Amino acid sequence: KKKRDATIELSKWSEEGKRQTRRHGGQRKTKMSNFARALSTTRRIGGDNPNRHYANNKIKTTKYTLLSFIPKNLFEQFHRFANVYFVFIALLNFVPVVNAFQPELALAPVVFILSVTAIKDLWEDYRRHRSDKEINHLDCLVYSRSERCYVEQYWKEVRVGDFIRLRCNEILPADVLLLSSSDPDRLCHIETATLDGETNLKQRQVVRSFIDLDAEFDPLKYNSVIECEKPNNDLNRFRGYIIHRNGRRDGLYKDNLLLRGCTIRNTEEAVGIVIYAGHETKAMLNNNGPRYKRSKLERQMNVDVFWCVIILLVMCLFSAIGHGLWMYQYGDKRPVFDVLSPEGTDLSPVVSAIYLFLTMIIVFQVLIPISLFVSIEIVKICQVFFIHQDMELYDEETDSHLQCRALNITEDLGQMQYIFSDKTGTLTENKMVFRRCTVAGVEYSHDANARRLAMYQEVDSEEEECLSHGGTLPRRESLCSQHSGKVVLRSQSTKSHRRTGSRAEAKRASILSKHTAFSSPMEKDITPDPQLLDKVNDCGSQMEFMRFHSQLLNQIPPDLCDVFDFFIALTICNTVVVSSPNQPRQKVRRFELKSPVKTIEDFIKRFTPSRLTSGSNSSSSSSLTTNRSSSQRACSSMLSSPSAESTLTKLNEEHFPGQGLQQAFSPVPPNYDQAKASAPDKCELRYEAESPDEAALVYAARAYKCSLVGRLPDQVTVELPHLGKLTFELLHTLGFDSTRKRMSVVVRHPLTEQITVYTKGADSVIMDLVRPPSDDSKGKRQRKILFKTQNYLNLYAADGLRTLCIAKKVLSKEEYAGWLRCHLEAETAIQGREELLFESALRLETDLHLLGATGIEDRLQDGVPETIAALRRAGLQIWVLTGDKQETAINIAYACKLLDPEEEIITLNAESQVQPNPFLVHRLGLVIDGRTLAYALDKSLEDKFLAVARSCRSVLCCRSTPLQKSMVVKLVRNKLKVMTLAIGDGANDVSMIQVADVGVGISGQEGMQAVMASDFALPRFQYLQKLLLVHGHWCYSRLANMILYFFYKNAMFVALIFWYQFYCGFSGSAMIDQWYLIFFNLMFSAFPQLITGTLDKDVSAETLQELPQLYMSGQNSEEYKPYMFWMNMIDAFYQSLICFFIPYFAYADSNVDLFTWGTPITTLALFTILLHLGIETKTWTWMNWTSIAFSIVLFFMVALCYNASCPTCYSPSNPYWTMERLLGDPLFYLMCIITPIAALLPRYALLHLTVLRTLTIVFMYESVCKYSFCLLALMLNECSFGSFAIQFQNYGLLIKFHVIGVFGLWLFIKIIPGPICRDFGLGLSYSKTQTNTRQVLQDLTQ
Amino acid sequence: MKSEGEFVNQPDNTAFTQQRLPAWQPMLSAGIVIPLFTLIGLAFIGIGVALFITSQNIKVQELDYTGTATSSPCFQCSGLSIQNCTCERNFSLSELFEGPVFFYYGLSNYYQNYRQYGVSKDDYQLSGDTTYFLKPQSYCSPYQYSNNKPIVPCGSIANSMFNDTFRLYLLVNGSRKQVPFDGKGIAWWTDYNIKYRNPSPVNGSFAAAFDGTTKPVNWQKSAYELDPTDQANNGFLNQDFLVWMRRAALPNFRKLYGRITGGDYSQGLPAGNYTLQISYNYPVLSFGGTKKVVFSNVSWMGGKNQFLGIAYLVIGSLCVVMAIVMLIVYAKYKFPDNDDA
Repeated sequence: KKKRDATIELSKWSEEGKRQTRRHGGQRKTKMSNFARALSTTRRIGGDNPNRHYANNKIKTTKYTLLSFIPKNLFEQFHRFANVYFVFIALLNFVPVVNAFQPELALAPVVFILSVTAIKDLWEDYRRHRSDKEINHLDCLVYSRSERCYVEQYWKEVRVGDFIRLRCNEILPADVLLLSSSDPDRLCHIETATLDGETNLKQRQVVRSFIDLDAEFDPLKYNSVIECEKPNNDLNRFRGYIIHRNGRRDGLYKDNLLLRGCTIRNTEEAVGIVIYAGHETKAMLNNNGPRYKRSKLERQMNVDVFWCVIILLVMCLFSAIGHGLWMYQYGDKRPVFDVLSPEGTDLSPVVSAIYLFLTMIIVFQVLIPISLFVSIEIVKICQVFFIHQDMELYDEETDSHLQCRALNITEDLGQMQYIFSDKTGTLTENKMVFRRCTVAGVEYSHDANARRLAMYQEVDSEEEECLSHGGTLPRRESLCSQHSGKVVLRSQSTKSHRRTGSRAEAKRASILSKHTAFSSPMEKDITPDPQLLDKVNDCGSQMEFMRFHSQLLNQIPPDLCDVFDFFIALTICNTVVVSSPNQPRQKVRRFELKSPVKTIEDFIKRFTPSRLTSGSNSSSSSSLTTNRSSSQRACSSMLSSPSAESTLTKLNEEHFPGQGLQQAFSPVPPNYDQAKASAPDKCELRYEAESPDEAALVYAARAYKCSLVGRLPDQVTVELPHLGKLTFELLHTLGFDSTRKRMSVVVRHPLTEQITVYTKGADSVIMDLVRPPSDDSKGKRQRKILFKTQNYLNLYAADGLRTLCIAKKVLSKEEYAGWLRCHLEAETAIQGREELLFESALRLETDLHLLGATGIEDRLQDGVPETIAALRRAGLQIWVLTGDKQETAINIAYACKLLDPEEEIITLNAESQVQPNPFLVHRLGLVIDGRTLAYALDKSLEDKFLAVARSCRSVLCCRSTPLQKSMVVKLVRNKLKVMTLAIGDGANDVSMIQVADVGVGISGQEGMQAVMASDFALPRFQYLQKLLLVHGHWCYSRLANMILYFFYKNAMFVALIFWYQFYCGFSGSAMIDQWYLIFFNLMFSAFPQLITGTLDKDVSAETLQELPQLYMSGQNSEEYKPYMFWMNMIDAFYQSLICFFIPYFAYADSNVDLFTWGTPITTLALFTILLHLGIETKTWTWMNWTSIAFSIVLFFMVALCYNASCPTCYSPSNPYWTMERLLGDPLFYLMCIITPIAALLPRYALLHLTVLRTLTIVFMYESVCKYSFCLLALMLNECSFGSFAIQFQNYGLLIKFHVIGVFGLWLFIKIIPGPICRDFGLGLSYSKTQTNTRQVLQDLTQ
Repeated sequence: MKSEGEFVNQPDNTAFTQQRLPAWQPMLSAGIVIPLFTLIGLAFIGIGVALFITSQNIKVQELDYTGTATSSPCFQCSGLSIQNCTCERNFSLSELFEGPVFFYYGLSNYYQNYRQYGVSKDDYQLSGDTTYFLKPQSYCSPYQYSNNKPIVPCGSIANSMFNDTFRLYLLVNGSRKQVPFDGKGIAWWTDYNIKYRNPSPVNGSFAAAFDGTTKPVNWQKSAYELDPTDQANNGFLNQDFLVWMRRAALPNFRKLYGRITGGDYSQGLPAGNYTLQISYNYPVLSFGGTKKVVFSNVSWMGGKNQFLGIAYLVIGSLCVVMAIVMLIVYAKYKFPDNDDA
């Protein structure tokens, strides 16, 4: 039997070279689809599989295989310089002339560190392997030629070219080209939440040439070749074409492609052919894994690691020279204790010095903190865990918590200096509420709406008590519209949706609203303006009347006509998808398909004069009649579905037209009661919009009874007052893009049969495109409207509303035909399609007729002003970068307290000259717009711009493009050398987030792109306060202290051996047993510092939030300044001197042997190091106690076991029974008591100064706030220490103070008040004049 | 996907995850710190005084016999290559040197802690493993083989063993009366009983176990004939050898030679004139070292050492002074506070 294989040709033309190397060189390859493939995989190997060269669908995200693990992992670990260094040292031990330790033992730490990392990697890889396996073994239906049906196969067995049948709610196993759908419109709905986080449904279309197939798709009859581009990671682009056997080519677009990972919704069944599989799918190509950044602290640490290397080399060199001299002094006389080389010859002093240099590197290796790198990683993982676990960073409403996507920059959060924030969705909720509109130059202020919003807030503040019905009754009376009852009811149910409402209700509401994108109760409830509502009703009834009497519609007054068009535009000029609430993903279907205008022939056929004259009427009326009949048909068909009831109630109006009419005309329906009012509520349609603005507008239109009831690719159905359902034939949708800043739909008006373009867009763009007609009366009216509208637009912007303009244009048939020709060319073009479509859209959107404008409010998120104020007090500079217009941005900035009314605002616009303020006021705000920003970012001006910006308290950049945002961040980061944080929620913030040192994404309304690019993802902006001020501060101070402690610890321990070199002829001998030497860091002293590094809190979370000023310590890197490293080194050397010389003198003139003397030194060092940590630890939990006790017990247990285990082993120290004997020696205990105390006395004194600093800030704040007179007296030098101490005691400050502390504080304030004030950033400028001080105190007490 | 009504991502509200573990903050107030400092200070001073007095009660008599000075009785012995040189040093005790008296020899400038020196031994050999007798470990090099015969005990430490011997005479009525040194039990018990082992005798002869080996280069006698008087004090279990093998920590050190406990001297050394007869064998001048002998009695805390006592006194006083300063500050400003209130 001859095999009848269809062929697909997948030629991947080169776009990205990424995966090309794996392709077989040639540009084109003919591949056969895998028909012949049965369940057995043997046929694939048989060589007749035409697509076998393409990646199969098996995914493998693991890094290693069983065999490659060890070499590959080692190879990766050796990329870290420290590891190479330690292996080098361990290997050096195998060289006999220089070895210091037993070679095997010297390998232990390196092996330990490497294996810990390897085990961690292995575990991670195993988890990946498990999840891969799970995914690979998911089932899907693949067409099997041999069985002539679809059979279940594992995902991993899916190959390129396979036909796959997908059912509703299935997840796509690969990137699939949609060939057939059970949907009558040949559509397939998918949810892309896993890819981009957007929860709204997206429509995908069957490939055009397969649309007309009435019969079910038969894979056996498929015989086309597909050419498409190479796999790439662009989710929003797919280009290719399908070549049929007859040579016809059809273009393929992203609308035909179903991506791996998406879920099929609302579609019973779909069939597609696999285009990309496995790692070549767009989803996998987008999966880049976690990001690695290096934090500022780590960069600083690396500098000090480098210094450690220098110190090490200096110490080694010193020892080597010392040894050379020591050897030299004996000359030719060899002392009896000298050992000749193995050959029996003398080594010259120089040679032995060189050997010794290498030996010393081995002995002193601990100075380079090998375990530091591992410890830091462990601590960071714990920090991330704690941040994840914080209840206060958890949003119940969305059940989301903070995510740390970058694991290794937590401490950067404590060092931020500049915050760059997006506005929409970040500072604001991005939940749009329709507030006001202007139509045909008349403003409708929607006062009731404003009142309602105010009411929400009132209800919020009153919380639960308003739940009672009594509270709502008066309001119902006060509202006269027929919606009042409904509104009040809503307000009852929705106020609990607010965050401050009861938790349980919020939870329920969130679960309900989760299924629908952008439909919060806020934007759904709109109280219509009565005046406008009347107009709409009026207009509808007139039209109904005229249609009934076959009159021409243009007799309607133009302003009514505009109102009507305005609402139609609001309703249809969007991409909102309609679904019903009970089954959120079930599309409401009412109408049969009519094929859209897709070709010129089609167009000509459908727009022939005969059709236009006679057919048009019939078609318009028929469209109306079909509406009714089909809707009833829909009803009956829906009876089986659970939503049938709701649909029926929705259709009430059609069943009882009289009632509908009555309802429309009488302000309050006579038989209106709550039960009926709530019934439509229950069955209302849900709108799924791509942007919240669209949803807000559609809901607004619905409030005026202009509801969108159905949307198909080729038609939109609208329900209008009096007119009932009208179906607009949707000829084209020209989607929104950020360059055009507008979108348009081209429809055929069902009443006038005119081709009408409705455009909606940013006012700046639309107002330029509006061209008043030249004839006088109309033109004059339009100009007047234009003028008025512009005024209102300015007004809206001043109120902080987002403005949109609505315009329309009527096209003549000829115009349309001419434009359509170009447009179709553009659509079918394969290369440069996007550009051509763009140009085509530009051609259409000209000479518009302005209908009106809308004002949408974007409410501030909870706690934004407070957060901004706190962050600002923490010394953070906050810049807002937004794409919004200047007035809106300024208003939001005022609302969120970014700008202060007292501030002088410098506005930089391209037109205006920069006026440098001659007397720079203290508070200054800078507002700059996009066009000016472009100049300011120019190389020649950027320094000036920065200089101005720095002197301003706040900076606001409006109308900035995503690129400009990232350029601003980059400029500030690079030029000012500051730590920058960028926060945003949308795709337009991604570049900014990536450029900044720390990128934060808001997992909010606008999808997941920002989150995907971010290092941290927050559910709300206000969490930034705790994240930075508390967690950032903690992470930074913990890690900084731990790093310093590590340096100290290692230096202290190594220095002990260094001092000993003076007493052993610089021979590299160590009095500390090599076991202790090697395991001291890894075991004995490892745990307490990890616990402290993870859990220590220098200041409590409450204080940190109350006193944001404390954050400045991190900004100024006060926990870890370069000098601190040296201070720690000096302290380490001092402490080691004490630890060395107390035993030295205590055992002077005794018969002590080497290790009986060295073991106490080790013990003392351990005690000193632990006590040092104890001093550094600010909060002691049981874990700190346990870890310290554990360390000590571990040391003694190990020492006792080790010293009792083998009498003859462990050469050369051979420490048999040493520890046991020491425990019987009173001298040992005496030294253990005195040494740590003596060693730590200076540190303790120093610590008091530093603690004092922190406490002084707390004290100053509190005393200034509460008892300012005390400080005032102090500052005026009128306060003696005595009275100061009295005040101190009197006011019972929160902190229990050391007397020494009080004394120090008094001295501190007495002696250096100026620097303190500067340091603490309280903005104090100390002055002895009373007035000034008063001023300062006033500032502070505010 | 998610079951409704459940917060899948909700963090656990525990003290640990919320970082609210009960914690103690060591912010010590004056009421705690002053007594604490006083207490520590007084305790330290007490310990210091006790240590100091104990140390003061220890008597030490040191005699240098290097013989660098021409007036020194051992001057002629310090010259090179004089075999079996004996010299005598006289000293007198004005009062009873309370016992038990420990007798040490001391070396200075002698680096027993030199790294290559330290490894130059064979622990297996020293634990009596005869397989290592004929094949010493390479650590012993260059004292591994001598004239192609394996050295037992090999290595630099053994080779450089201190070989001066001492005899102490009390002059009673012009005649010398030998004061016996007790050389038993001067090494660590574990060294003598566990760590070091002699080879088992071959055919009943202890010396035969050493067949095929040679003595260390610098030794005059073989290991099995170190102490002709006591058969049990030979081989690796010789007390002096054990003491020597335990390397000193610092370049100036002393090692126990014997105790004076026997007979008439159990109470100590009586006042009188003594003569120390030294069989001077060990060269130290080549490396600028000195040799000395030390008579000392010991207390519970070991030999005479005033350092620790002084250290305790100093630190203890510091603490007390701090406490007093605090108390003054506290007393001066705390009590008016109460009056005010």
